Amino acid sequence: MYTAGVDVGSTQTKSIVLDENGRIVGRGIRMTGADVVRAGDEVLAAACEQAGIETHEIVYTIGTGYGRFRVATGDDQVTEISCHAKGAVRLHPGTRTILDIGGQDTKAIRTNAEGEVVDFCMNDKCAAGTGRFLAAAAEVMGLDVSEIGPESLKSTEQLKITNVCTVFVESEILNQLSRGRKREDILAGVHRSIAGRSASLLRRVSMEDELTFTGGVARNPGMVKAVEERLGTHVNADEDSQYMGALGAAIFALERAQAGVHDREVIS
Amino acid sequence: MSYVVGVDVGSRQTKAVVIPAAGGEGDGLVLGRATVYTHFDLNGAAERAALEALADAGAVHGDMEYLAATGYGRYQVAERDIQITEITCHARGAVELMPDVRTLLDVGAQNARAVKVEPSGRVTSFRMNDKCASGAGRFVERVAKALELDMDQVSALALQAKEPCEISSICAVLAESEVINHVTNGETIPDILQGTHVSISDRLTSLVRQVGLEEPFGLTGGVSHNRALIHALEQRLGMTVCLHADSAYAGALGAALLGRQRALQLTQAPAA
Repeated sequence: MYTAGVDVGSTQTKSIVLDENGRIVGRGIRMTGADVVRAGDEVLAAACEQAGIETHEIVYTIGTGYGRFRVATGDDQVTEISCHAKGAVRLHPGTRTILDIGGQDTKAIRTNAEGEVVDFCMNDKCAAGTGRFLAAAAEVMGLDVSEIGPESLKSTEQLKITNVCTVFVESEILNQLSRGRKREDILAGVHRSIAGRSASLLRRVSMEDELTFTGGVARNPGMVKAVEERLGTHVNADEDSQYMGALGAAIFALERAQAGVHDREVIS
Repeated sequence: MSYVVGVDVGSRQTKAVVIPAAGGEGDGLVLGRATVYTHFDLNGAAERAALEALADAGAVHGDMEYLAATGYGRYQVAERDIQITEITCHARGAVELMPDVRTLLDVGAQNARAVKVEPSGRVTSFRMNDKCASGAGRFVERVAKALELDMDQVSALALQAKEPCEISSICAVLAESEVINHVTNGETIPDILQGTHVSISDRLTSLVRQVGLEEPFGLTGGVSHNRALIHALEQRLGMTVCLHADSAYAGALGAALLGRQRALQLTQAPAA
């Protein structure tokens, strides 16, 4: 028996397939793009292929993320907040607080040992402190998003980015470059700026250790370091960070399936 | 003949105007004008704008008696004789162009400023947003870019709107994705563009109300070229927006006028 979680984010769509023991057997990821339904279908197909199974072998699928209602194969939907908590506690059982930085929003989530959400707070009003801020910085510098974190780690000189607005920060970066400031120093400043915004969000949910960093941005080593330095604590971050929402969704799907709820009619 | 040049180094564009070193009324006041893109060499932009404006006035560099700089890059203008803040310059310039105006809104690429002004051009109160692009020209630029349009197409297209759609994102960056969603959902380009203008107008209106809106109300800054945005603003405010063909040059003109006043004071003062 297999279950799946599909996380349709603003930037990327992710999918996880679990076997009946809750082991991850397949992963799929792609850019969400304009065709949200297709993105969901494709990542699920990719995850199934990796698992070496047919799509119809999935008994229950849960959609999450902003496009969760448009997951064609979704039997039900769960918010990404619940899914991130569920996934993070599964991978890092000591997790009590989660920082999820996605393409367009940032969330601070407090959870209990069961992966149930205790409190959360989010910024989805403005791109400051989200992945978009980093993407804008990368674009201005002509770098790929995957390159900016490692680049920022080479920084030797402290440089403060003063603009909060993503639009204005692009000009600020160009200005700094034209003044001869080093790329890595500017990038380190950009990472610290986001870490500062994350810290204030985390304060609002009364952060407790351990902190698990999820979402696509958690794969950026520069960001992990900036958050660790800012908070003065260790941060759990790993290769599966960006699959955390999909993982949580797949776990919910497995729980439903095990409870015998595997028919669309039964739940609706 | 000698001239005073006012240069307004904005984040996007640098504007310069040339006025006579003495006299000049009405149409005889602004003798030359020029707009160049600022890019990163702020001083270079100021130099180019000043030279082009002088050429427009049929003058050369040697005819420039005094150079007054304003705008965010005013301290980078190497040749300046004086630098004056934007608020003061915009108010002074706007009152010269639209003498009756009591409340002013200056909207540039990165700033929006609402100013209450006396007939003399003296500023009595002001409010500004320079922290985020939500109520500035860059918001429209980002939306236009997301829709793959040139800025000079925006206004004419937006004026064709039948039912402006609601743009709920305040953030210019997040609005880009929202706009693309609207396209996917079959909304028309004019409706999306005018929806964008309405949403910016809402924020500009609340900025203006904070200084106490008093008619007549005038608009200056680069955005004063955007007729569709002005239309949205008029609807939101429920009043006519006063404009002048030189509205975008209000800051540079104010700098020139205040600079000229300063130059006259210097020549009239007894030699030390």
